[in-house]
Amino acid sequence: MPPAAELIDATKKYGETEALRGVTIRIELGEVVAMLGPNGAGKTTSISLLLGLRKPTSGKALLFGLEPTNLLVRSRVGVMLQESGVPAMLKVREIVDLFRSYYPKPLPRDRAIAMAGLEEKANALVKELSGGQRQRLYFALAVCGDPDVLFLDEPTVGMDVEGRRSFIERIAEFARMERTVVLTTHYLEEADQLAKRVIVIDRGVVIADAPPAEIKSKVAGRRVRFVAPALSEKDLDGLPVTAVSITDHMVQLLTNKPEAVLRDLFQRGVAITDLEVAGADLEDAFIAMTSH
Amino acid sequence: MLVQQTRAEFLKLWRVPAFSATSILLPLVFYSFIGIGQASQVMQGGHVRFGAYFLASMAVYSVANVMIFSFGISVATERGMKMDLLMRAMPLPPLVYLLSRCITAIVFAAMTLVVLFPFAYVAGDVRLDASEWFTLAYRVLLGSIPFIALGFAIGYLSGPNSAVAVINLIYLPTAFASGLFFPKQLLPQIIQNIAPYLPLYRFGQLGWNAIGYPTSESISTDWLYLAGYGVVFFAIAVWAYRREESRKFS
Repeated sequence: MPPAAELIDATKKYGETEALRGVTIRIELGEVVAMLGPNGAGKTTSISLLLGLRKPTSGKALLFGLEPTNLLVRSRVGVMLQESGVPAMLKVREIVDLFRSYYPKPLPRDRAIAMAGLEEKANALVKELSGGQRQRLYFALAVCGDPDVLFLDEPTVGMDVEGRRSFIERIAEFARMERTVVLTTHYLEEADQLAKRVIVIDRGVVIADAPPAEIKSKVAGRRVRFVAPALSEKDLDGLPVTAVSITDHMVQLLTNKPEAVLRDLFQRGVAITDLEVAGADLEDAFIAMTSH
Repeated sequence: MLVQQTRAEFLKLWRVPAFSATSILLPLVFYSFIGIGQASQVMQGGHVRFGAYFLASMAVYSVANVMIFSFGISVATERGMKMDLLMRAMPLPPLVYLLSRCITAIVFAAMTLVVLFPFAYVAGDVRLDASEWFTLAYRVLLGSIPFIALGFAIGYLSGPNSAVAVINLIYLPTAFASGLFFPKQLLPQIIQNIAPYLPLYRFGQLGWNAIGYPTSESISTDWLYLAGYGVVFFAIAVWAYRREESRKFS
């Protein structure tokens, strides 16, 4: 049984730049995999190769053991790209019907629209949709063919917290249908919530391939920022932080235990203002990892 | 798949009044302003009246216009929206995609003729044999094929905003220079010398000949010129397409 998606020693050069360097990845049917990495790591390039949108400079990209440009293979695959477009003057239900017609056994139209939460906008023209609604439309188009494998390239980029949360739930709903899902993201939290396996990519090379818990222990998941005039790095000794940067009075640190860190600081009476706790963008985490 | 795609392509164009309304109404506007006034004027060489001459001109104008615009603009805007990337990843066979667009363009072209012909009959008092009406119609549809290739070429070579500008800036003056509005004899000498080499002129000849207007060369020459242009435009379109392929999809 060939794997659902496979890169075999794949290299991709754009001119002089090597976006992927000899990457080998095997994804079996039924796996839910997140490809995690900072911007420019090679995630979108990997997806482009697997979808047959680009050809590897050397090595191979295969879907179900076949060339990804094969139309029969494509009829089992659903796609949500980072850069995408749909005709502005079609209605939502019309374009969902159109994309459904590309597949041999599509989902019922209303089901696909419901999975994206666009029931109210089913009769609206595409150009009337907001940014977040458009993203959900792309998701509907990705799942409407009832694909065996779903590729999502940075699906929640540009969304606000609430939008992201509900979108992740929609992806999870699809994954529960026992499909193969390959998603790329630069948010560790997203990878953790959705995937059973996280492949970490940086600068064109796979640097980790493990369940989320294991990855989390290596990479700090939360970013804490505040202003504290009287704080120096020494004051943070002994706290569970993996990276600290203090510029003027602005403190930024990465940690997996933000509550513990803050409790300690408050107990010591450290004066803090403008506190912000957020999910660590992998940018932050990787910068921290490579600078140590 | 073909039915759905054709339906979608049709709606995409139909719902843009700048295209659909203009394609159908503009020839009528031209005919009203230019054709009706002189409609009964008998032209050089015999029994053809200007009303009929101008009908042939407008049929040629509107069909070539539909072909260039529908292919040129839809290709250019889809590239601009990055829609081509998504379509590329779909299990849609490229041939179905192409065919659906051709069918849509032919439907629009037929629509313009279905509106234009009765209008000329009523407002311009144009009376032709059944065979003349028919010959005009099929020549106009067949002869528009090179302009499909031209539309593609423009679509792959221009961006979404420049495509509209390029087409508008080039199309109308060329139509004038080709004798579509005023017969070639009435144009400045320099233009008269260039006209026989313009594809719209050759296309026009097919139309005028169909309604009985005497043309200086045999229409086989016209078909030959159009075929030649078709090959050239097709080659440019293929080159531009391949260039796009290697830039975006290699």
